[in-house]
Amino acid sequence: MLEVINLEVYYGGIAAVKGISFAVEKGEMVALIGANGAGKTSTLKALARMLPSAGSIRFCGEEIAAVPSHRLIGQGLGMVPEGRGVFARLSVAENLAMGAYSRRGDAQIDGDLARVYEMLPRLKERNKQLAGTLSGGEQQMLALGRALLGRPSFLLLDEPSMGLAPLMVQKVFETIQAVAASGVTILLVEQNAKLALETASRGYVMEGGRITLADSAANLLADPRVRQAYLGE
Amino acid sequence: MDTFLQQIFNGLTLGSIYALVALGYTMVYGIMGLVNFAHGEVVMIGALTALAVIKPLAAAGLPGPLAVLGGIAVAIPVAMLLGFCIERIAYRPLRNAPRLAPLITAIGVSIVLQQLAMIIWGRNYHSFPPLMPATVREFGGAQITDLQIIIVIVAGAMMVGLLLLVNVTRLGRAMRATAENPQIAGLMGVDANRIISLTFVIGSALAAVAGVMVAANYGIAHYNMGFILGLKAFTAAVLGGIGNLAGAMLGGILLGIIESLGAGYIGDLTGGFMGSDYQDVFAFFVLIVVLIFRPSGLMGEKVSERA
Ligand SMILES: Nc1ncnc2c1ncn2[C@@H]1O[C@H](COP(=O)(O)OP(=O)(O)OP(=O)(O)O)[C@@H](O)[C@H]1O
Ligand SMILES: [Mg+2]
Repeated sequence: MLEVINLEVYYGGIAAVKGISFAVEKGEMVALIGANGAGKTSTLKALARMLPSAGSIRFCGEEIAAVPSHRLIGQGLGMVPEGRGVFARLSVAENLAMGAYSRRGDAQIDGDLARVYEMLPRLKERNKQLAGTLSGGEQQMLALGRALLGRPSFLLLDEPSMGLAPLMVQKVFETIQAVAASGVTILLVEQNAKLALETASRGYVMEGGRITLADSAANLLADPRVRQAYLGE
Repeated sequence: MDTFLQQIFNGLTLGSIYALVALGYTMVYGIMGLVNFAHGEVVMIGALTALAVIKPLAAAGLPGPLAVLGGIAVAIPVAMLLGFCIERIAYRPLRNAPRLAPLITAIGVSIVLQQLAMIIWGRNYHSFPPLMPATVREFGGAQITDLQIIIVIVAGAMMVGLLLLVNVTRLGRAMRATAENPQIAGLMGVDANRIISLTFVIGSALAAVAGVMVAANYGIAHYNMGFILGLKAFTAAVLGGIGNLAGAMLGGILLGIIESLGAGYIGDLTGGFMGSDYQDVFAFFVLIVVLIFRPSGLMGEKVSERA
């Protein structure tokens, strides 16, 4: 479904992503793990066309490297950005409405909204509240719900566990699993390698802008290099 | 005659006009953190375009208010097109340039538009024919004309319309989302360039109407009327808290009233040393005071950093 070949991202003259290649098949959940500054966010932003990049990005068989960011959701590519990126001065309901922005006139929006509220009841309770006043966990839920309202077939998730208490992390990941079970393909970026590899079926390890390991999640979890570098052993 | 009430009426009229123009500054600033100093020239072009249509219409025997409506109907699309082009030509290529660059092109655009207007309409003052009802009404010892009442009502209606557009509609929601974070709004499918163009176009439409109001209120229009007016409207936007729509409205009205009261009393206060021709001083005095004591404006948020 997604095929990336030789992706490079530069900030000024400095390379953050140095020619990586990987693929995600339809229906998969794939984890991309790595330390701070490894280039994970840069990779996702390049996929969502929020950053210029070199190399090929094929999505559903189509080259999207030249497609502007705002067209991608219409093609089924959604993203929950790092740090959630909720619109702080818009209400929860308005944030969710923004999620459905690309589906103008779609009669199924209301049904989808009801489903999101059902899956994330906190959002319903607080739907008139400004998003900026939500707790971190609630904001993460909102970012997720908002992305789902775009009806993506493929979802990029950037560190959904960041800054959340363990209980909240668990809740967020349960939601992610439910989304995956509903048939959405997911590329999950996480620093919490254990959690990511327990959730995903396959994984890539990124170091210094390169992919250094690629394997099934189970094998990566058992790999001594991964255990030493990312699982604190 | 009651000077105080009289100056409040005059200030309200003037303030409504400032508010319409200030909205253009504040909308653009809110969305892209840019002060569009060429906005005053859009007001001027709007006024002169309308006048160019109104005169022949009136000469052809059309009733005054209809001729004025005809002028506005032409001035609005002309101003919208102008606003669209200003953004495309002067600002879009500099979207990622240092902040000083678009400020300099803004001044450049201002000069170009003024010169262009001078070539088209000449250096002379054009008198705005007295086509609007000038019936004078008495209220508590002060006088107010029908024209003033119309200006306040039309400006008020346009402001309510804008608030509804921004706060209630799908487009307005996308505008607010883009103002907060264009990249993330993009992920939802919002084309930030389109939203920015629309912002310029809407602000320019308000400016055109404001231009006609100024011309009708003072009875004249000329190629450099946009400069001082633009500065004052910018002051109003800063006073209210730049980037904040309600702030621009409040700032505009307040500035109009401060200015009118100032002009009404300055003669008495200085023993006749300064006259009402010092009216313009007040706006800039207000600007300086706001910048020193409350740079975020009356309704602005403390942090005005772009996301
Ligand atoms: N806007 C930027 N300008 C310059 N350099 C940047 C910018 N954003 C990221 N970088 C650099 O690019 C490299 C990769 O950053 P990136 O954010 O992609 O890492 P990451 O793997 O997501 O890290 P983290 O786990 O901390 O989120 C880092 O060295 C970072 O300093
Ligand atoms: Mg990151």
